[in-house]
Amino acid sequence: MKGLKLIALVGMAMLLVSACGGGQVQSKELNLYAWSEYIPQALLDGFTEETGIKVNYDAYSSNEELIAKLQAGASGYDVIIPSDYTIVILSKQGLLEELDLSQIPNFENIDPALKNPYYDPEHKYSVPYQWGTVGLVVDTSKVSEPLTSWNDLWDPAYEGRVILLDDEREVLGMVLLSLGYEKNSTDPAQLEEAKARLIELMPNVRLFDSDSPKTALLAGEVWLGMTWNGEAAIAHGENPAIDYICPVEGCGIWYDNLSIPKGAPHKDAAHLFINYVLKPEASILITAEFPYSNPNKAALELLQKENPELYEAYMSFRATNPSVEEIENAHPVMDVGDATALWDRIWTEVKGGE
Amino acid sequence: MAETTTSQPFGRSFTVVAKIRENARMQGLVLISPTIIYLALFLLLPLLLVVVLSVMTRGPYGNVVYRLNLQNYTRLIDPLYLRILGYSLTVAAFTTLVTILIGYPLAYYIARVPEVQRAPLLFLILVPFWTNFIIRIYAWIMLLRSEGLLNSLLINLGVIQIPMEILYTPTAVLIGMVYEFLPFMVLPLYTSLEKIENAQLEAAADLGARPWQAFLRITLPLSVPGMIAGSILVFIPAMGMFVVPDLMGGAKTVLVGNLIRNQFLTARDWPFGAAASMLLLLLTLVFTLFYTRKAGFGEELLL
Amino acid sequence: MSEKKPALWLRIWAIITYAYIYLPILILIIFSFNTQKLNVRWEGFTFHWYEVLFNDQEVMLATRNSLTVAAVSTTAATIIGTMAALALQRYRFPGYTLAESTLYIPVIIPEVVMGISLLAFFAQIGFTLGLGTITLAHIAFNIPFVTLVVRARLHGFDKAIEEAAMDLGANELTTFWRVTLPTIMPGVLSGALLAFTLSLDDYVITYFTAGPGSTTLPLRVFSMVRFAVTPEVNALSTLWVLTVFTLLLIGQLAQRRRV
Repeated sequence: MKGLKLIALVGMAMLLVSACGGGQVQSKELNLYAWSEYIPQALLDGFTEETGIKVNYDAYSSNEELIAKLQAGASGYDVIIPSDYTIVILSKQGLLEELDLSQIPNFENIDPALKNPYYDPEHKYSVPYQWGTVGLVVDTSKVSEPLTSWNDLWDPAYEGRVILLDDEREVLGMVLLSLGYEKNSTDPAQLEEAKARLIELMPNVRLFDSDSPKTALLAGEVWLGMTWNGEAAIAHGENPAIDYICPVEGCGIWYDNLSIPKGAPHKDAAHLFINYVLKPEASILITAEFPYSNPNKAALELLQKENPELYEAYMSFRATNPSVEEIENAHPVMDVGDATALWDRIWTEVKGGE
Repeated sequence: MAETTTSQPFGRSFTVVAKIRENARMQGLVLISPTIIYLALFLLLPLLLVVVLSVMTRGPYGNVVYRLNLQNYTRLIDPLYLRILGYSLTVAAFTTLVTILIGYPLAYYIARVPEVQRAPLLFLILVPFWTNFIIRIYAWIMLLRSEGLLNSLLINLGVIQIPMEILYTPTAVLIGMVYEFLPFMVLPLYTSLEKIENAQLEAAADLGARPWQAFLRITLPLSVPGMIAGSILVFIPAMGMFVVPDLMGGAKTVLVGNLIRNQFLTARDWPFGAAASMLLLLLTLVFTLFYTRKAGFGEELLL
Repeated sequence: MSEKKPALWLRIWAIITYAYIYLPILILIIFSFNTQKLNVRWEGFTFHWYEVLFNDQEVMLATRNSLTVAAVSTTAATIIGTMAALALQRYRFPGYTLAESTLYIPVIIPEVVMGISLLAFFAQIGFTLGLGTITLAHIAFNIPFVTLVVRARLHGFDKAIEEAAMDLGANELTTFWRVTLPTIMPGVLSGALLAFTLSLDDYVITYFTAGPGSTTLPLRVFSMVRFAVTPEVNALSTLWVLTVFTLLLIGQLAQRRRV
């Protein structure tokens, strides 16, 4: 009897040891470079506890900052979270490591609908982290008319009450959509038309803000505008009168992914981390703190069991859980190549004109 | 010629040291050499990289292609960019003007209080700068927004009925800019004003001059170096400032700082950004050298 | 200047101006006690965020980093800058104008340009980004400010006392150490104080030269306020202000003792 108990104990101990660390990982540190306020501290702590690897979390506030840092070289980061078009740009410049998917078995937890995206069909460089939309947000206590189209923003009744993202691709793209054109158009004539149309919108615009549009909304400075789904969800949580809509022309859509930059010093730890993030237990921590859309199917199933209230809130609000039609109708940002200079010039002209 | 009668403590082996001690020019060079070496390495060399960058070409993905291209500079000759430059100059000029208007009386006051009070008063101006720049701006946003403290206070006192919309207007930007740059004007002004001899003012009074005449004829002209120094310390950085216009003005304008930043980030056109930076740098360098030559060395540039 | 008390209107103006300077600070302090996380409206009083702040490892690390960088860069810049000030105020040598112009560059250069240039430079020579590169960058922009301040102090300096010391048998080094330095010390200290402040508050240049795990306070705060200016951020600022005030008070009391 004693012998059996001993074997069982040793067996369990071995299981425990092999479960921790997940194999031969040399690195003791991981350098994470991601959006600020995007990865819950609890997740990082859990990872450190399980693997003994310390995580250094540095932040950037735009894809362009990430690109700039990586382009300049000598960054020293192991894991980054680039958006869709950023992956295209980085991979074309050879700035991303190829992933070893065999080290990321939790990849199967991802919703099949979000696998094999257009920007990385074979998942050579990325696995999904969070995704979301860019849509119309409105404080229904201040705006009684139902909004259906991006064009509604131009209504003179909203003078000085509109907030827009400070993002030339999203804003100009939205204007192009409102005119019936492609969001990522490179046609100079169409862009000129969009420029004129955007200038017409300016009297309505109270401010541009990509960082925290929810603040101006909650403070009552603006009544409606364009925002990220996560921001709208947080605002909605504070003030249920705030609603989120995908207009008929279509929302913007974005996908953030976990990637490894070229020359990462701790590639093994990086793969371990990515695999950890894809664990349902870790993934639900993200949804609990940052209400974007979660591509992790297993996580959502776990959420339903563990926190049905949060699950309900997540599923019922269109900002976190858009419908299939809304997703199909949505438009991602794509790199416009050489037309980038023209886009930037138009943005400068709109803002720089008096 | 001062004879060094003091003994050379370490004997003949230090003839180099002796040479330096005798030769004033050598002394100067020795003293300035750490600065020259350090800045050559960590300032001039990096800037050289930027100059090289400014004549390169933008690749299709925003990377840098090493192909000579002078178009980055010719692109800058464009009414749009001139307009942006003009607007930046205007904002900087207004900021400088208002900091003079607000700062001059303050500097004058500090220069006239009993001496023991002066250092603490000056220090008190700097203390808020030990908080974080961004947070100070956000505090202003909290103050000025429609449901912010200023409006709430005025409404409660019955001074106004509906909230004033100050935030996200040029007024808010000016308030923020002046706030950030006030110390840079007050300190040099104070240095200038403090030096004015009491005797001169008393002499003027004895000769029958009224206080305001003494001010206009003696104090004001003597404080001009301080004003020039303060103007440089405010005007030049204000030209490149974009955080305050973005946060307090609602990011509705493009200033020179925004333009340059955008080139390195959104437009991913580093060569063009580098060219714009070089031009801005050249402009400000010319400005500064002109003014400091005019004011003598700008000793009032700081305390 | 005159020992006569300044006019009343001047005093009122000064009070109003100081109010203008300190109003936002007051707001910061008050709202550090707000219960609402998004800090848009006042909801209630709590000490909770101070607790959060002390448990915030990232902020603690950032604070340590900031203080370290500031201390090292200030020391180096003060020494180098004082030497430069002496050189420029007292000597003529080949390359004088070049040196003087070079010293102006960090003062007038747009920070983005300096940041990017340093990033590119460090990348080219293969220097890994981290606290070291940040410190090197800070020294670079601090030297000119120290130089300017010390030069101002040297400007009114009467050399007669130095010559007297030398006539009495002191060599250059002793003269400097016992006569010159003590006299210019207020200028050197002012320069050091300015350098320390600039280093502590720097964002843009630090951003470009920072590497993994070398976040400084401004960087950390900047990324925190992206989400919202939570009361925790305000608590941090409040503590800073209180610390500085306390140091100032101690400094003042120490000075009174000396007199």
